[in-house]
Amino acid sequence: MPEVAVVAFAQTKFVAQDLARDEVEMIREVVMGTLSETGTQRRSLGFFCSGSCDYVQGVPFSFVGALDALGAFPPISESHVEMDGAFALYEAYVRLQHGDIDSALVYGFGKPSLGDMGDVFSQQLDPYTMSPLWADPDSLAAMQARALIDAGIATESDFARISARSLSQATSNPFAHHGRMVTSETLLDAPHHRAPLRPSDVAPTSDGAACVILMTRDRALDLSQKLGRKVAFIRGIDHRIEPMQLGLRDLTRSESTRIAAERAGVSAKPVDVAELSARYPHEELILRTALGLTDDVALNPSGGCFGANAPMVAGLVRIGEVASRIFQGQAQRGVAHATSGPCLQQNLVCVLEGG
Amino acid sequence: MPQRAAVIGIGQTHHSVRRADVSMPGLVREAALRALADADLTFADIDAVVVGKAPDILEGAVMPELFLADALGAAGKPMLRVHTAGSVGGSTGVVASHLVSSGIHRTVLAVAWEKQSESNAMWALSAQRPFQPPLMAGAGGYFAPLIRAYIKRVGAPLDVGIRVAVKDRQNALKNPYAHLRLPDISEETVRASPMLWDPIRHLETCPSSDGACAVVIGDEKMASRGKAPAWIRGTALRSEPTIFAARDQVNPQAGRDCAKALYAEAGISDPAKEIDCAELYVPFSWFEPMWLENLGFAPEGRGFALTMDGETEISGKLPVNMSGGVLSSNPIGASGLLRFAEAALQVRGLAGEHQVAGAKMAIGHAYGGGSQFFSMWAVSSERP
Repeated sequence: MPEVAVVAFAQTKFVAQDLARDEVEMIREVVMGTLSETGTQRRSLGFFCSGSCDYVQGVPFSFVGALDALGAFPPISESHVEMDGAFALYEAYVRLQHGDIDSALVYGFGKPSLGDMGDVFSQQLDPYTMSPLWADPDSLAAMQARALIDAGIATESDFARISARSLSQATSNPFAHHGRMVTSETLLDAPHHRAPLRPSDVAPTSDGAACVILMTRDRALDLSQKLGRKVAFIRGIDHRIEPMQLGLRDLTRSESTRIAAERAGVSAKPVDVAELSARYPHEELILRTALGLTDDVALNPSGGCFGANAPMVAGLVRIGEVASRIFQGQAQRGVAHATSGPCLQQNLVCVLEGG
Repeated sequence: MPQRAAVIGIGQTHHSVRRADVSMPGLVREAALRALADADLTFADIDAVVVGKAPDILEGAVMPELFLADALGAAGKPMLRVHTAGSVGGSTGVVASHLVSSGIHRTVLAVAWEKQSESNAMWALSAQRPFQPPLMAGAGGYFAPLIRAYIKRVGAPLDVGIRVAVKDRQNALKNPYAHLRLPDISEETVRASPMLWDPIRHLETCPSSDGACAVVIGDEKMASRGKAPAWIRGTALRSEPTIFAARDQVNPQAGRDCAKALYAEAGISDPAKEIDCAELYVPFSWFEPMWLENLGFAPEGRGFALTMDGETEISGKLPVNMSGGVLSSNPIGASGLLRFAEAALQVRGLAGEHQVAGAKMAIGHAYGGGSQFFSMWAVSSERP
């Protein structure tokens, strides 16, 4: 099976609301960013794949206009998933196993400021039994947080500690917009948003896009030599889904993440850095356990989703953040995680190593 | 080197304007269970699930595959959701086949579906975009000018479309799953039906259907058990932008390139000779001659001759849409996979009343958007 590496990554400076640009303009920035950084000709790429969601954009076929950002003429081999860009990366990774092409460009985009994501994602549920309740993601997440507290696994102080760390870390991330220096004590003073979660326990909603270029081994290593920096080989990638119905799952654990981590070989060697798509502090606790991460792993140095969180992009950004640190020699081996569905229903785990 | 992959099970629903008798899980399971039974397998034997469907506004449910995970036996497994507009059913088959040909999985279930009676499909497809004037209502409004351009370009007689409509609707009478089954269909009834978007008449137009299609794809070992497999000899995807000055929307470059790439992978040098039959995405009658040219079955400007000479009938030299095609059933998200599945049924010898005798090599084709997204596969009874 051909080895595949992440060779480039670009992300927009995420904002709460991008008043000036449409989706195509955001995508064009990151696509041109990766191409120019690596000196890659668009026409030399073998496959293109993107992730986005029509309902986030408020219009059907929302991914079609994005082709304008790719300059898709002469026609390109291209596909799209109605999922986070991390899953588009997975489709591209699978495509590269065919052996007939040596490169792929993957992007994700989301402009949630166009609508109310609480409303939108309350309809990303079982339409017969759950959607009529209009339960927003924060309310469902609060149920999972409550389950952890009731099981004696975590306390609200634990949550505040994780949120404070994440928010503070995000201040050193130039692409994040939501970071601020805070202590957990200050956070605990605030009233609940959806008990037991406080407003500071909830990741923001952001507009933006991200792009990754994948290459198979020989071309990746040639590029690595040309750029004078490492590339990040995908040593394992797997994703699993659980039933949506909350009553069918043990909300204190993430079984799908555990299986994906095992299949991706997370614990085969020490992990230097992990970027998790935790939108709430209790999700970080659940995911850390499922991934088997020890305390010495640098967790969400970017600030994770607490700094910026564009739907359909955040997971791809986690992969890019790990890859970036490998490019810069700050880490040799890292784990990136993406998620989808209510309460960590579906999870993707990607293991990257410098090469 | 890609591994060999084959279609080892096929299932579809009875397509109709409104499947009020089933919920969404019921609809997809009807197709999935038929495909599994055909493959002599159960959900437990499936390693991964790929779901494909068109915009979720058609059901008013956001990313509904998430709630369908356990209905499709996907709990604990990988599940992907593909969405490439009208070509999605085909792309779903392509992605599922790659999961096997890559060696990552041994047995993959692909399900493409639409329960578009939950919304109003015509208006769901006519979304008003910011800064763009509303130029048409319904998909036919977009394609009618392209068809008129084709007619003018090639000098085709005006009843070519009527011929296609009669053929596909008569073929549907031989397909127990087809939505529209019109025993009284004739050139007279088609000609007399209301003109919707000149030159497309009502009876030359696809219906709006609820339906699902499922295929099980297995590796070589899986293919060696049970019924005749349909070996996947090639797959291809091509896309081009919607609005671009260099586009030829009547004979799109992306379609031509998609076909060329497919034929190269499948080792086909003369499609008209080497392909025994084709399931092409024809939602409006005139697309049959247009796609025959686009896919290299006829020289440019001569596609309509194949139709008018009767060569695209089941008994002809190049049967097209033996199942009745998109003109007879169109659950939008499923239609592409239905083309792919019907092609596979032909080379497996399992197409029943609409079987082309001795079919060995068949192609499935799907397109979407403004004639800009293309997905294709070639299947054969012969192991590569």
